[in-house]
Amino acid sequence: MRKSQKEIAESSRSISRRVLMLGVIQAAVISTLGLKLRSMQLEHADEYRLLSDGNSIKIRLLPPARGLILDRNGTVIAGNEQNYRVTLTREDAGDISTVVARLRRIIPMNDRQAADLMAEIRRRSAVTPVMVADRLTWQEFSSIALNAPALPGVTPESGLSRSYPRGGDFSHVLGYVGPVSDYDLSKIENPDPVLRLPEFQLGKIGMEAKLEEPLRGKAGNRRVEVNSAGREMRELSRQEGQQGATVQTTLDARLQNFVAQRLGQESAAAVVIDITNGDIVAINSSPVFDPNKFVRGISSGDYKELMQHDHRPLADKTVQGAYPPGSTFKMVTLLAGLEAGVINPGSRFFCPGYTQVAGRKFHCWSKGGHGTVDAIRSLEHSCDVYYYELAQKVGIDRIAAMARRLGIGVRHDLPMSAITEGIAPDRAWKMARYQQEWQVGDSLNASIGQGYVLASPLQLAVMVARVASGKEVIPRLVRAIDGVVQPVPEFVDLGLNPLNLRTARGGMDAVMNSSHGTARRARIVAPEWQMAGKTGTSQVRNITAAERARGVISNDQLPWNRRDHALFVCFAPYEMPRYAVSVVVEHGGGGSAVAAPIARDILLFALADGLPPLSAYPDGERAKVEEMWSKMNLMPEPPNKTARAKA
Amino acid sequence: MSYLDYTVERVPTGWRKIFYLNWPLVFLVTAVSCIGFLMLYSVSGGDIDRWAMPQMERFAAGMAIMFALAFVPIWFWRSISVVSYVTCVLLLVAVELMGHVGMGAQRWLIIGPIRIQPSELTKIAFVMTLAAYYDWLPVEKVSRPLWVLIPVLLILTPTALVLMQPDLGTSIMLIAGGGIVMFVAGVSLWYFGAVIAIVVALITAVMESRGTDWQLLHEYQFRRIDTFLDPGSDPLGAGYNIMQAQIALGSGGWSGRGFMQGTQSRLNFLPEKHTDFIFTSLAEEFGFVGAGTLLMLYVLILGFCLHSALTNRDRFASLMTIGIAGTFFLYFSINMATVMGMLPAKGSPLPLVSYGGTSLMILLMGFGILQSAHVHRPR
Repeated sequence: MRKSQKEIAESSRSISRRVLMLGVIQAAVISTLGLKLRSMQLEHADEYRLLSDGNSIKIRLLPPARGLILDRNGTVIAGNEQNYRVTLTREDAGDISTVVARLRRIIPMNDRQAADLMAEIRRRSAVTPVMVADRLTWQEFSSIALNAPALPGVTPESGLSRSYPRGGDFSHVLGYVGPVSDYDLSKIENPDPVLRLPEFQLGKIGMEAKLEEPLRGKAGNRRVEVNSAGREMRELSRQEGQQGATVQTTLDARLQNFVAQRLGQESAAAVVIDITNGDIVAINSSPVFDPNKFVRGISSGDYKELMQHDHRPLADKTVQGAYPPGSTFKMVTLLAGLEAGVINPGSRFFCPGYTQVAGRKFHCWSKGGHGTVDAIRSLEHSCDVYYYELAQKVGIDRIAAMARRLGIGVRHDLPMSAITEGIAPDRAWKMARYQQEWQVGDSLNASIGQGYVLASPLQLAVMVARVASGKEVIPRLVRAIDGVVQPVPEFVDLGLNPLNLRTARGGMDAVMNSSHGTARRARIVAPEWQMAGKTGTSQVRNITAAERARGVISNDQLPWNRRDHALFVCFAPYEMPRYAVSVVVEHGGGGSAVAAPIARDILLFALADGLPPLSAYPDGERAKVEEMWSKMNLMPEPPNKTARAKA
Repeated sequence: MSYLDYTVERVPTGWRKIFYLNWPLVFLVTAVSCIGFLMLYSVSGGDIDRWAMPQMERFAAGMAIMFALAFVPIWFWRSISVVSYVTCVLLLVAVELMGHVGMGAQRWLIIGPIRIQPSELTKIAFVMTLAAYYDWLPVEKVSRPLWVLIPVLLILTPTALVLMQPDLGTSIMLIAGGGIVMFVAGVSLWYFGAVIAIVVALITAVMESRGTDWQLLHEYQFRRIDTFLDPGSDPLGAGYNIMQAQIALGSGGWSGRGFMQGTQSRLNFLPEKHTDFIFTSLAEEFGFVGAGTLLMLYVLILGFCLHSALTNRDRFASLMTIGIAGTFFLYFSINMATVMGMLPAKGSPLPLVSYGGTSLMILLMGFGILQSAHVHRPR
C-alpha cells in the first residue's frame, strides 16, 4: 500500500497539531514541578534547613510489663513496682568521663563503682544505653531530669520492676527474675531485642523461669525526635507493648504463709495437694529467702550468707530434695504385696524384733518385737519385720513398679526448677547404676524406704493423694493463664483392688486414731476432719540430687547434721479425702514427734481455710497450739472470703 | 508507508550515518548521565566502586547499544514491532508464572546470568507497535470506535499483566505512554474526555472500596495514598521517606550545601538515596541551581525529541519518537513529583540518574531507536 503525498501531508499536519497540544500539557507539568521546586528551595528553605539540622529520630523500645502471678484467690504474689533509674548512651554522651563525674554529684557512687560503670559503657556498643543506677529516690531522679542539659546522653527513666509482695513465702516455687546476663543471651537463639534493654528482667529460676514466655509479654516502641544533644523533643508515635499473661497458680497465699511460718527456721519442706483435682495449694521449702533481694541485685555479703547457711535456704527441698522416705514408704510395699496376691489383709507375720536373712540380722525399730502382726497393725506400729518378710515374698521389682504407679521414681512435670525423679530402685536399675546384682538385703532395706529408695516431698504427697483416692492424681501448679482456666483432667483409676486400698488407708487411720498408733498425739479429734497418716524416720542421707550434681557441700562436723530425717504423710478427711500433706524435716529427729504435728497443723489450716477451732485438737495439745498461734504473724483473711466459692 | 516509500538513495548509508545523528540529544543524554555519576559518587560517601563505577560501565555499554540501534534502519524496527510486542507479552506471562519476587513484587525474570524486567522492555515495544499500527491505519479511520478499540486492547493486555505483578506504577506509565501515542495519532478528543471521566469515577470507587470486602487495592497502596495526602501524620511509618525527602530537598536552598555536604543523605536519613530518591540528594547538595539545571536538561531532551518528531515526515517514526519521549517525560516528572510530595510514593527511578541497570539500558535503547528514526527520516 502506497500513501499519497496528500495523505502524508495530512498526517503530518494532524501530528503537528497534537504534538503542540502535548507540548503545552508537558510544559504545564514541568512548570508546576519547577514552581514547586522554587517554592520549597527558595521560599521555604529556612524551615527545611531547621528541620534538617535538628533532625534525629530514635526508636526506643517500651519493655512490656511482666505478667502478674496470682494465688488461687487472686492475691498478687508476684507483681510489678515503679522503679526510677538512669541510663547512659555513649554515642550521645560525648565525653563520658565528664558526664559520669557530673552524675556522681547527684548519685552517690564510690570510685570503684564509677570505674566499673566506665568500663561497662566502653564495653557496650555506642548506641546501647547502659544502666547507671536504679531504684533512685524521687529526689535524685528529678534532680537528674532537671540537669539534663548538662548531662548529654543521660536518660532518666521510670519503669517497672518485679516485686514479690509476699516476701519469702513463695521464694522457691516462684523463683525470681534478674537482669539479663550475657550467658542468658548466649543460651537463647535469636533473642528478643527487648532482652538487650539494660533494665530488662528475665526469669532466672522457678516458675518465673519456666513460664518466662507467657509472662514476658511483647515489647512496644516509641519513636521520638531528639535534638543534637540527644534530648527528646517530641514523641512521634507510641505503640504500647502487650503485658505478659497473668498466671493464676493453684497456690493459696494464706496457707502458704501459714506453712512458711509453721516450718519456721527448720530445714524442712511441706507440700499440700488437693486430692480432688491435683492442685498444689501450698508448697514450701524452708528456710526461705527474700526473692526481692535477687531482683535488686543481691549484695555479695547476703549471697555468701545464703550459700554458707547449713540449712541451704537456696535449695528447693520440695522438688529438688530426694530423701529416703523411711516408713512412709510402707504403704507402697504393702500395696505391692496385696496386689501381687502374696499376702491378704489378714495374713500375719511374727515379729521377734529382727529377721535373719543370708546370715545378716535386720532389726525392727522395736527391740522387743511386735509379736503377731497383720497388715493394719503393721502400719499402726510401723513394724519393720512385717515388711522384711513381705519383701522377700513379693520381690523388689513389684515394689518398684508399685512405687512408680503411686508417683515415686517418676518426674512430675511442674513449672519449677530442677525437679528430681527420685529413685524407685529395682534389679535393672542397680545393674545399670552399679553393675551389681540385686541382693535380698537391698529388698529388705527398700521395703522400709531405706537403702536406695529416694523420694521428694512432692512425690510423697502425690503418693498419699493416690492411696487416698485410688486415682492417678496428677499435681499441677497453674490454674489459669490470662483468665483461661486450665481444664482439670479426669484422673484415671489406678486399678487397685478397693479392699487393698481400704486396708492401706485403714492402717494409716490406725496410726493416728488407734490407742497404740505411732502418731496418736498428732491426731485431729474433730470427727468431720478425721485424719489418717504415716510417720517416717529415715537415716541421715544429707545429699539431695541437686546438690549431688553441684558437688557435695560437706559440713558433717555439726551434730545437727547427723540426726535422722523426720517425715510424715497424711490425708483428711478420712471418709472423703480432700487434702494430702507431706512434711519432711531434715535432721528433725522422729517423724511422729516433729513432722506429724506440723503436718496436722497444716492439714487443719487447709481444711478450715484459716485457723481451725481449737476443739479440733486433742485436749493435751490445745494450750501448746494456742501459744504457737500467738507467736505467728499470719496474713489477714481476705475481705471477700465469704463471697468466694469454696470449691 | 513501507520502506519502499522512502527515497532510499537520500538516506545516509554506512558510516556516514554518524553525521546525521541527533548529536545535541547525544550530548544532553551524556550530560544528564554525568550528573548521575556525580550524585552516585556523592551519596556513596566517596566510594566510587559502590555505585558510580558500575553505573558508568553500564552507561558505556548502553551508549554502544544506542549507537548500534541508531545505525539499524528505521523500517527494520517497524517490521519487528509486532514480533517484539508479542515477545514482551509472553515474557510478562512468564514472569507471572515463574518470576522472581523482589521488593514485594514479582518483576524479574532470571534466565541464566541475565535478569530481565520485561515490564521495562514492554514500555518501548508497545510504543513501537502502536506507532506501527497508526502508520498502517488510514488517517480517516483513526477515531472510529472499532479502530480505537484495537490499540486500547494493545495497551491493556501488557498493562493487566504488569498490574498482576503487582506494579501499579508501571501499569499507569504504560497507559499514559500509550495514551500519548494515541493522542498524537489524532484520536478524537472525546475519547480522552471520556477516559478521564471514567478514571475520576474509578478513583472515587477505589477510595470508597477501602475496608470493604471488594477492596480494589492492596493495603500498602492505600497507605501510600494516605501518606501522600498527609505525610506529616505518620512521619516514621509510611510517610518517613516523603518527609525526609522533602526536608533534604527544601534544605538545599538556592545553591545547596555543596558537593558531598548533604547532611540528610550523609546521615542516612534518606531511604533509597541512590535510586528513587537521588533527586533529593542533588537538590540538597546543589540547591535550586542544581535541581533546576537537571530539569532544564530534561526539558531540552524533550524539546529535541519533539522537534525531531515534528520534522519527520514518516508517520511511524514521528509517532514512535513522541511515544519514547513521552515515556521519558513521564519517568522524570513522576519521580520529581513524588519526591516533592506531589504524588504518592511509588518507586520510580529518575531517568539516566538513578542507580539501576535495567532502567538505564532501556532508556538508552529507546534513544537508540529514536536516533534511528532521526537518521533514516525521509528527506
